[in-house]
Amino acid sequence: MKIILTAMSPSINSEIDPRFGRGAYLLIVDTDTLQWEAHPNPGLNASGGAGIKAAQFVSDHNARAVLSGDFGPYAFDALQAAGIAMYLYGDCPTVAQAIERFKNGQLEQVGGPTHGECDSGHYGRDA
Amino acid sequence: MIVAVASGKGGTGKTTVATSLALSLATEMNTPPLFLDCDVEAPNAHLFLHPRLDEQQDVAMLIPFVNEAKCTHCGKCAEVCQYHAIAVLGQKTLVFPQICHGCGSCTALCPEKAITEISDRMGVIEKGTAKAGISFARGVLDVGEPMAVPVIRQLKKWVTALPGQVVIRDAPPGTSCPVVETMRGSDFLLLVTEPTPFGLHDLKLAAQVGREMGIHSGVIINRQNGAYPVMEEFCSDYHLPVLLHIPFERVIAEGVAQGKTLVEIHPEYADRFLRMFTQIASLL
Repeated sequence: MKIILTAMSPSINSEIDPRFGRGAYLLIVDTDTLQWEAHPNPGLNASGGAGIKAAQFVSDHNARAVLSGDFGPYAFDALQAAGIAMYLYGDCPTVAQAIERFKNGQLEQVGGPTHGECDSGHYGRDA
Repeated sequence: MIVAVASGKGGTGKTTVATSLALSLATEMNTPPLFLDCDVEAPNAHLFLHPRLDEQQDVAMLIPFVNEAKCTHCGKCAEVCQYHAIAVLGQKTLVFPQICHGCGSCTALCPEKAITEISDRMGVIEKGTAKAGISFARGVLDVGEPMAVPVIRQLKKWVTALPGQVVIRDAPPGTSCPVVETMRGSDFLLLVTEPTPFGLHDLKLAAQVGREMGIHSGVIINRQNGAYPVMEEFCSDYHLPVLLHIPFERVIAEGVAQGKTLVEIHPEYADRFLRMFTQIASLL
C-alpha cells in the first residue's frame, strides 16, 4: 500500500516530523516493498494554506493513507474529501518505526482535525 | 492630512492618543476630523467617542463556486491559486473561502467554465457622527474570519475625508498586514510606546515598517515613570522626534477605565495635542 509520511530529512531513516503542512519532507513509501522516495513538502514555504497544499500533493500521488503528528482543519477537510485515511505518530520517534506500527495497526486513526486554525493569524494577504 | 496612530506593542495607548488628538482638533478646526478605527479585529474607539452609527455597508469578497457537473477535475484552478484556497482532490474540488483572496484567477482560467463567483461576507463598515462633531467610522471583522486587510481597505475607500479634513487612523497593534494597510497612504505615523523593554522592542519594529514605507514618523512615550534612556537614545539614533510624554498616573488609568479620553481627564492636554499637531505639520 502506498502511504505518505512527514519526515525531518529526505530518508526512510529519518526522524518523524510532527507537522503536516509545515513538515520538512514528504516520504512516499510502499509498505509492502519498503521502496521510498522523498520530496520537499510543497506546503513548507506557503504563506497560508500549507496543509491544503500538502494534502493536494498526497492526493495527486494517490496515497491511501498519510501519517503525521498533527492535522489542521484545512488539511483534515482536504484529506477527508480525497478519501485518504489519516494516522497520528503518537510517541513514535522515527519513520521506520511509524511504518512498522502502521502495518501492525498500532497507530491512532484521526476522525477530526487535531489542532485549531492557523494560530499565527497571519495570512500574508496583499500587504 | 492623514495621521496613523500605531504602536507595535499592544496596550501602549494608541486609542487614548488617537481619540484625544481627535477631540483636541475638533474644537480647534473648522471641520472636525474624520476618525477611522482600523483595528477591525477589536475596535474600541467607539467606547470613548460615542458615535451614533447610522450607516452600514457589508464588506464582501467574490469567491469561487464550483459547478461539479461541469468540473473535470483537471486541477488547473488549484495550480493557479497562489493561496492554496482551492484544491482538486480526486473527484472533488474543494474551496476554502477563509483563505481565498478573491483574485479571480481560478474563475478566469478554468478551461470548462465550471467556476462562477459568489459573494462572501467577511465584515461590516459602520459610520456616523461622534462627540464634538467628529466624523467617525469603523470596520468590524466578522467572528471567525481570519483576514482583516480587506475590511480596512474598504473602510479607507468607502469613508473619504472632506477637503481640509484631518484624518486620524487608529491602527491595530503589531506590525503585520493589517497595520501596514492602515499605515499605507498616511502622511504621518504617530508611534505610541511605553518605556519598557517590550515597548522598545516593538517600537523598533513599527518604526522600521514606517521607514520602509517612507512615512514620516514621531513618537509619544506614554506611562513615563522616571527616565528610560535607551528608548530616548533609540529615538535619537533613528531620527524619530519624541513629540509628547504622558506620565504614568493612576488618575489617567482610572479615567480611561471609565471610558474617558485623556483630554477629558486632563483638559490641559488639548493644548499639548494641538501643539504636537502643529509640530507634525511642520515636519512634513
